[in-house]
Amino acid sequence: MTTNLRSQSGPYFGDFGGRYVPESLIAALDQLEATYKAAKADPTFAMELAELHRTYTGRPSIITEAKRFAASTGTDVRIFLKREDLNHTGSHKINNVLGQALLTKRMGKTRIIAETGAGQHGVASATAAALFGLECTVYMGEVDTERQALNVARMRLLGAEVIPVKTGSRTLKDAINEALRDWVANVDNTHYLLGTVAGPHPFPEMVRDFHSVIGIEARQQMLDEYGFLPTALAACVGGGSNAIGLFHAFLDDQDVAIYGFEAAGDGLDTPRHAATLTYGRPGVLHGARSYMLQDEDGQTMESHSISAGLDYPGVGPEHAWLKDLGRANYWGISDKEAMDAMLQLSRTEGIIPAIETSHALAGALKLAKELPAGSSILVNLSGRGDKDMETAGKYFGFIADTNAAPAGGSH
Amino acid sequence: MARKTTAQVLRENKDSGKGSLVGYFPAGYPSVEASIEAAVAMCENGVDVLELGVPYSDPVMDGPVIQAATLTALEQGFKLKQIFDVVRGVTERVDTPVLVMTYWNPVLQYGVDRFAADLAAAGGAGLITPDLIPDEANLWLTASDAHNLDRVFLAAPTSTETRFETAAKLSRGFVYAVSTMGITGARAELDALAQKVVGGVRKADPAQLTCVGIGISTAEQVAEVNGYADGAIVGSAFVKAYAEGGIEALKAEVQALASNLAR
Ligand SMILES: Cc1ncc(COP(=O)(O)O)c(C=O)c1O
Repeated sequence: MTTNLRSQSGPYFGDFGGRYVPESLIAALDQLEATYKAAKADPTFAMELAELHRTYTGRPSIITEAKRFAASTGTDVRIFLKREDLNHTGSHKINNVLGQALLTKRMGKTRIIAETGAGQHGVASATAAALFGLECTVYMGEVDTERQALNVARMRLLGAEVIPVKTGSRTLKDAINEALRDWVANVDNTHYLLGTVAGPHPFPEMVRDFHSVIGIEARQQMLDEYGFLPTALAACVGGGSNAIGLFHAFLDDQDVAIYGFEAAGDGLDTPRHAATLTYGRPGVLHGARSYMLQDEDGQTMESHSISAGLDYPGVGPEHAWLKDLGRANYWGISDKEAMDAMLQLSRTEGIIPAIETSHALAGALKLAKELPAGSSILVNLSGRGDKDMETAGKYFGFIADTNAAPAGGSH
Repeated sequence: MARKTTAQVLRENKDSGKGSLVGYFPAGYPSVEASIEAAVAMCENGVDVLELGVPYSDPVMDGPVIQAATLTALEQGFKLKQIFDVVRGVTERVDTPVLVMTYWNPVLQYGVDRFAADLAAAGGAGLITPDLIPDEANLWLTASDAHNLDRVFLAAPTSTETRFETAAKLSRGFVYAVSTMGITGARAELDALAQKVVGGVRKADPAQLTCVGIGISTAEQVAEVNGYADGAIVGSAFVKAYAEGGIEALKAEVQALASNLAR
């Protein structure tokens, strides 16, 4: 196997990636790529971003050992949590948003647009827009505006315009379509602040770089505080940004196994899931070649997950590459397994995770039972669960569900 | 066979001072049979080159009118292989060159060479590929050469000189000049940007043809565009006419939009 996976950059990750977009967007992608390259070579950019992370995001985020949670597996496997939930705005999404907001300034653009599923990326974008004095429009599937209503209110409070998207499956995929349409029309003053490691080059590489701080910090923290690297990494995978952020620093550590957990929705034995890497095929969606859920005609299929942030039929091209190389493993976690893990972490550690993140936690519980004694798992705790209280409250019956039935998913 | 190529039709119209109208209609809308009837009617009433759209789940270049129509086609159960039935249904009845406009993933999943072979066998002229730039088009360049098909790439107001050159060099049939920064849909006024794009293509290759699309909805605009380009592409206006008044309204709209072109 290649031993230099960390140095891989876009536009292609093996057979994946590229720029499958209308010609009208090429100039903007070229400008973004050039601006990003220049910023990368400019030490003041790194300093500016690091300073923002220190004084605004609250980095470095800590590592917490989840002893009681780990004990519930009945094994001696230790579980560590990289606490991205403690970042300002409550998830990893801010890492990427601040980086791209600085680039927006450098490009002299005055408006950002963003897509959002769970609302976390939308909230982070609205936050950065407020901080930097930018106009902000967030596209969000109508279904998601309902199941993440709290985040809609947060974005509007922050001064962003939230546009519910009523086309297609009315979830994340369609929000991206609308954002792309807006971008094509307004590209001269608008930056599309894409929220995950999908999309056309340079997004997968650039968004990964902005999130790689997660793994860089975590690797050093493990060595400094515990004196070893974990046996395995665990992260949830929607588009794949928090996962690649954790994984990247460890890609060339051959002894560290890598696991990404996708949403299996109602279960992998049903068609209602979002397990793109497990059940998808390579194809082109939203500007890149990667795995995707599609029918035999290449029409994108609707994904299903209780978690809005994982409810996406595509995935970033670098994950597709890592899967095909065999460097990373991708498993499906059902809605039920995720919700059980959410309850479990809340009650054993006093930490309420996002439903997205709960997929990684459920994965870690499964993995613990397969790893040899004495192993350790580092989980990316990508976000906190406050935004999910309505869904969780109904799911667990803590609050009345006027629409009957458990699961809380809107479709 | 007597069928002329896209470039031949456009060039003859240009040389005789007529100008050309390229008309879009979605295959499978509102049904496979009805879309054949609509497309044939367009060809019989003034459209010089036909553009049949493949309904797709994620049409990022399309505005609300075309999105609604293609969604209807998908909801009616349109299957990709039916595009060849529609192409054949039209080419059996009229001599108009028939291009297929498709997002890239359906072609990729069908198999690029297989798609090209089946399109050629159905009498199709080639493809317009809105989300495939020449940089990513190797498979398509090979397949379109092998099956002697047109390949229409896009040029935009923001394209660089190098990109105009690539689009001009690799396109066959014509270059699709995007008149405005935006998605399909009628616009009250055409951007001066359209002229800039046409100029960019002309400068890159004076022998290449270029048609202007996106936002054209009136007879005046069709005539205006033909003043500096080799054809005007109209989509949403035709789909809207059909949606509101059926095939008779569509015929009337085609006649109206072609009315300022000398015949
Ligand atoms: C807390 C949290 N984790 C994970 C995700 C999934 O995104 P990604 O796979 O890009 O990390 C989201 C997306 O909304 C999220 O809010």
